Amino acid sequence: MWDYTDQVMEHFYNPRNQGKITDKEAGEEIVTGQVGSIACGDALKLHLKIDEATQTIKDARFQTFGCASAIASSSALTELLKGKKVNDALLITNKEIAQSLGGLPEEKMHCSVMGQEALEAAIYKYKGITIEEHEEDEGKLICRCFGTTDSKIRRIIRENNLTTAEQVTNYVKAGGGCSSCLPDIDDLLLELATEKETLAMATEIGRDDDLSPQSPTATQATKPLTNLQKITLIQRVIEDEIKPILAEDGGDMELFDLEGDVVKVILKGACQGCASSLATLKMAIEATLRDRVLGSLIVEAV
Amino acid sequence: MNDCIYLDNNATTKIDEDVLAVMLPYLTTYYGNPSSMHTFGGQIGRAVRSARGKVAELLNAEESEIIFTSCGTEGDNAAILAALKAQPNKKHIVTTEVEHPAILNLCRKLEKEGYTVTYLSVNNQGQIDFDELEASMTGSTAVVSVMYANNETGVIFPIERIGQIAKEYGALFHVDAVQAVGKIPLDMKNSAIDMLTLSGHKIHAPKGIGALYVRKGVRFRPLLIGGHQERGRRGGTENVVGIVGLGKAAELAQQHLGNIQEEKRLRDKLEQSILATIPNTVINGDYINRLPNTTNIGFKYIEGEAILLSLDKYGICASSGSACSSGSLEPSHVLRALGLPYSVLHGSIRFSLSRFTTEAEIDRVLEILPSIIDRLRELSPFNSDDADWLKEQEQALLAK
Repeated sequence: MWDYTDQVMEHFYNPRNQGKITDKEAGEEIVTGQVGSIACGDALKLHLKIDEATQTIKDARFQTFGCASAIASSSALTELLKGKKVNDALLITNKEIAQSLGGLPEEKMHCSVMGQEALEAAIYKYKGITIEEHEEDEGKLICRCFGTTDSKIRRIIRENNLTTAEQVTNYVKAGGGCSSCLPDIDDLLLELATEKETLAMATEIGRDDDLSPQSPTATQATKPLTNLQKITLIQRVIEDEIKPILAEDGGDMELFDLEGDVVKVILKGACQGCASSLATLKMAIEATLRDRVLGSLIVEAV
Repeated sequence: MNDCIYLDNNATTKIDEDVLAVMLPYLTTYYGNPSSMHTFGGQIGRAVRSARGKVAELLNAEESEIIFTSCGTEGDNAAILAALKAQPNKKHIVTTEVEHPAILNLCRKLEKEGYTVTYLSVNNQGQIDFDELEASMTGSTAVVSVMYANNETGVIFPIERIGQIAKEYGALFHVDAVQAVGKIPLDMKNSAIDMLTLSGHKIHAPKGIGALYVRKGVRFRPLLIGGHQERGRRGGTENVVGIVGLGKAAELAQQHLGNIQEEKRLRDKLEQSILATIPNTVINGDYINRLPNTTNIGFKYIEGEAILLSLDKYGICASSGSACSSGSLEPSHVLRALGLPYSVLHGSIRFSLSRFTTEAEIDRVLEILPSIIDRLRELSPFNSDDADWLKEQEQALLAK
């Protein structure tokens, strides 16, 4: 039997905010984010009522197919959401959902991830981004049993500091079926661990030469960055600083390539085809990268 | 905890009080080693022989054909490995997709060591196809190993016909009868079975004791190499307490076979009432040809672990083949082999009765269960009044 906390059992036996939202008034919008599938054995529909003037979540309700921790995670998430600004809600992580339940067994962490994904799906929908444009659907398929892509696995590894394939399975189920993708998951873990090491090394060099990613004087460094260090730093600044800002307006991007000092990026979500995408490119992305990585960088969209 | 309604008897059973009573003196007064030459040990040896006789009687076999083991897994492993060692030129094993992990995981390991294994599929009633079995057999087939009855669905395989086919191709025939023993009559004297596994804790004996029947004349190489115990076929000092308990449990199981229809009546009452009162429920497996104590019921649109925990709140113990209850993230390999739709697969619950199950307990389950199912279906996005998403998903899965 699973070692569930009292909070998990309380939310399971007495779930808060179950069901759909049917009534709305003028100035309110109802959106639904749905994730998971009957095949996987976990599925969640998260319904949000949003006050458009204040961008506040007035009501949150759920319908969940799944185990006790899936139901408890959904219930806890709705409580976290009520009264929150839409952009603040987008920052809720699966860790926060699990923490609000006093923790989940590691094997059940995927239930909290499902909650976070449903939230993201609902807010993306509200902001007019179709779920098909979500970056994780565009990655390379790693786990065929659970339809999990490399981009999703990368994100979960980064956000939760995972180090083993077993942990990845606990968080996103990938590898939990036929197990044939476990070597691929090991490869991703190794790749991200190497990236982390390289970043640490680059930061160390930067500290010696006043070149930390946080340092505005990085451009004055005398020791040039290697290409690998440059890519690693750019990737990290994109993930940590640029993407969260873009996400507030439903936008997204990813690094495509680096040729010399030319950073090639793909604009996604609301940024894709947006009238002010050039301004975003130059002011939000290029300026931040120049500030944080190298003053000579030029950003281009592909 | 003592007041629980225990309907998980295919997982394990409670020790019969009469079994416990015969065991206790062998934990205290009669602690001798049955292999010792002195009188004190000799009386223990007699108790072991008596127990062996009772197990043999339950199987209609000879005493000399019974080897005591530690559990069903040991029996299964010992049988397969002995069959392979006895026929070193044969490198092929035939089994089914729905066996216990004691067989399946051993076979997967053997595949890595150069053996080939045919895993026979089952149809939606859990039955194998004889044509597939015949087509898989070759002169290199060392052993055919199938379970007598499935632990999850209770479906009974046509053992004698499978055995005849095994014999036609000169293969040994092993049967994992862990779930069948004590629930249906077994007769080794009139059977094609060469080796048969049973486990004590499924028939109200303690955990940690089992037996393997090996037909006289079958070349058996021991799994545990040690002393001369069990006529040299299993080393290690005998688990006397467990053996004595298993002997008594076998005797009681034999008696209970005459009253098995009462257990079946309660099972049928539970099952029929659930089908009649709770919509969108189905029986998984073969409705007719199955154990009298087992029912596996699929509750559409909801997930098994949530049902189990809800039952547990009322002290009702059952089992689920759902992924979330297992930790493997994959639902039961047995239910998947039946080809059940996903809307049923994840919400299937096994109720398994014993001779201790009462009518009042069944009535209590029937009183509580409908509200549990209702509550979870209200929570579900696949509820029958909101099934568009489910339809979309099932159509997409069919299209793949």
